[in-house]
Amino acid sequence: MLGLDKRDTKFLLIVIFLTLATPILLQPFPESSTLAQFNAGYPDLMQRFAIFGIFAIGFNILFGLTGYLSFGHAAFLGIGSYSVVWMYKLLDYNVIWGLPLAVILSGLFALVIGYVSLRRSGIYFSILTLAFAQMSFNLAYSVLTPITNGETGLQVYTDDPQILMGATEPTSPHLFGIVMNQSAKINLGDWVFTFNNGYYFCAIIAIIAFYISLRIFRSPFGLMLRAIKSNQQRLNYTGLNARPYTLAAFVISGMYAGLAGGLMASMDPLAGAERMQWTASGEVVLMTILGGVGTMMGPVLGAGVIKYMENIFSKINEQVLHSWFGWLPDSLEGFVIFIAEHFVGSGWHMTSGVLFMLVVIFLPGGLVEGGQRIKAMFNNRGGDDADDPEHHPKHAPHVAE
Amino acid sequence: MSNSNLTRRGLLKTGAVAGAGVALPTIFTASSAAAYTNEPTGGSVTLGFNVPQTGPYADEGADELRAYQLAVEHLNGEGDGGMLNTFSSKALKGNGILGKKVEFVTGDTQTKSDAARASAKSMIEKDGAVMITGGSSSGVAIAVQGLCQEAGVIFMAGLTHSNDTTGKDKKANGFRHFFNAYMSGAALAPVLAARYGTDRNAYHLTADYTWGWTQEASIKAATESLGWNTVNTVKTPLAATDFSSYITPVLQTDADVLVLNHYGGNMVNSLTNAVQFGLREKQVNGRDFEIVVPLFSRLMARGAGENIKGILGSTNWHWSLTDEGTQAFVKSFGTKYGFPPSQAAHTVYCQTLLYADACERAGTFNPCGVGEALEGFEFDGLGNGKTVYRADDHQCFKDVLVVKGKDNPTSEFDLLEVVEVTPAAQVTYDPEHPMFAGGNLGTCNAG
Repeated sequence: MLGLDKRDTKFLLIVIFLTLATPILLQPFPESSTLAQFNAGYPDLMQRFAIFGIFAIGFNILFGLTGYLSFGHAAFLGIGSYSVVWMYKLLDYNVIWGLPLAVILSGLFALVIGYVSLRRSGIYFSILTLAFAQMSFNLAYSVLTPITNGETGLQVYTDDPQILMGATEPTSPHLFGIVMNQSAKINLGDWVFTFNNGYYFCAIIAIIAFYISLRIFRSPFGLMLRAIKSNQQRLNYTGLNARPYTLAAFVISGMYAGLAGGLMASMDPLAGAERMQWTASGEVVLMTILGGVGTMMGPVLGAGVIKYMENIFSKINEQVLHSWFGWLPDSLEGFVIFIAEHFVGSGWHMTSGVLFMLVVIFLPGGLVEGGQRIKAMFNNRGGDDADDPEHHPKHAPHVAE
Repeated sequence: MSNSNLTRRGLLKTGAVAGAGVALPTIFTASSAAAYTNEPTGGSVTLGFNVPQTGPYADEGADELRAYQLAVEHLNGEGDGGMLNTFSSKALKGNGILGKKVEFVTGDTQTKSDAARASAKSMIEKDGAVMITGGSSSGVAIAVQGLCQEAGVIFMAGLTHSNDTTGKDKKANGFRHFFNAYMSGAALAPVLAARYGTDRNAYHLTADYTWGWTQEASIKAATESLGWNTVNTVKTPLAATDFSSYITPVLQTDADVLVLNHYGGNMVNSLTNAVQFGLREKQVNGRDFEIVVPLFSRLMARGAGENIKGILGSTNWHWSLTDEGTQAFVKSFGTKYGFPPSQAAHTVYCQTLLYADACERAGTFNPCGVGEALEGFEFDGLGNGKTVYRADDHQCFKDVLVVKGKDNPTSEFDLLEVVEVTPAAQVTYDPEHPMFAGGNLGTCNAG
């Protein structure tokens, strides 16, 4: 189907199912249980999963296929957001105007930045992209304040022109009347499932983005990009000019980032300069590496894990810890909480740092490799058990367990 | 390897799938039954405390969180009751709000608009918070205030001093207890003129964001109206840690006053740099060179150490005040944590009490009802004397303190002394004052 072979079609169908069922899958704990803290099925976070999934998928086209490590992709994210918010301000709240503009503008910026940066490879390329991104950040933050509104972030005001604004039109982002922040809540016993318009909008775009990326991975163009990663010098000696290919990959991934930035502004009509800061660029690198560089699912998984930690772990405060460990004797409780509070709340960075270290050291292929290892282990164990039920070889435990 | 077989049929199929996908969300749209966003139905009500736990204002955030916990205790009838006993409105009975036990969730704003909005959104969408409060930066306050307006919950601003919060970015669902840059200027300028003369040349260094801009404009206008001349105004990045390159040009001008429109870590660093360059010993035209820090806090004074001595600024509140509200608050805060509260702690404590009281008086958590109860509300006993929440822009009007870094501090907390208490009437302005114009409160949104 859709130009994919059987295996990829199955893969795509699984991804589509997982994406559409996310509001149910992320809400595994009943509302009244203490574990409800770990539920992630609320609109804002699900939207972030989809949006950063798109961002990471796009980044992976550049980093995963060509091996060029860009530290400046957040710039495109910001450009995407600013274009969408400007369309809100000038035309109206329909996202249909802003999103294509976000993709086109970020593509143009990517063309310029890529054209310059791709004259170098390796660390020099990374530094160049970092420099461009930092420049964009500073421009957005202070120099171009009339366009970006600086640190406060670009917002829509009631006195903005909004020339296409109809009298009955919703006053928040929508697609032809489908308002993004509206949701339907379904109560099923003690479970509450939230089906949000904005999430499904992002999810469908994410599926399309995933499909396009899958096609790129399987295409001759994708093969060429892989060749660049494995040995660019050899490629040059065969008489091929690699730069148009890397530039194309850079522009495509820049457009993905622009789309993600545009979607962020489609869900929440504000564009802030810190979206372009280098930490945001670093975040997408972490997501990709954490999930698995060069794999299809890895970056999406990595984006999910990091966003989950940022939003769920950071909200566990001392009070919550007390309710968890209240059953321990007082002195022990104090000690456990003292240790634990460094890993939750404002210390969530610590948890993600430790996780990242463990993954890089023990699972260089990212979480996807962890999944594969577990799968392989189960396959083996099944075989062993059938051969000799008495004999259980002990498997070396590893971090993913 | 090439398998690009884009056919007409394939394209149609793809189009149909995509179309079905786009249509899908409409199936799920249904209006909710609740009267307003996050109407509390059980025996408890959830408030969202959104403070910076990491980043440049983390100290202020930590102190805010302490004050919030104290406020929740007092609302639920635990502890000694703090300012509930001195508050002029007696609607709160120490049994929660409207009989519902107060619970809270916390989040980290990271002093970034994006992160703050994400955190506030998760409080509203996931935890069912009916009110969001906190923050230690005007950029964040404005961003979160906008979000709360859209989501239909009340926003009780924490530490935000920019004119824009209740000026061009004011929102019907947002309320500010803290004073603002204009008030700082109006309170500080007469004291500056009295002490330093009316013919000074001022040089401004300004943090490059909404708060810095409005504070610079306010101080400039207030001092110029008294005869001062502004030599130059220079914007510095918020993230800057070394200000040497901004201080050296000051030496080359005939400026004899340096105004540091910086806050938190920024101010600690710029003041230290200025002192290192010998500005405080400098003489210009036969007069001492002076440094002014328009917005002061005790936490900053502690960071700046020796350098703060004798420097003038303004503050919203200080723990050494002697009214009974202040004393009650300092006592219960001190008993619980072992040190006096900062102005950030004070303002968020007041905001929580004011919100709870407004709910009691309105008899509902509905943002529109609560907003109505807060608008034009006059109260006393919360440490700032007689205070009014003006209906036109949701700004509190109260006395402003002009303070000076203490020359002989007796403890590590006793760093500021109050020079003058500027009466509220002197810092009151017209809602359509040019520095606040251009905004529109809009109508309250209950979601």
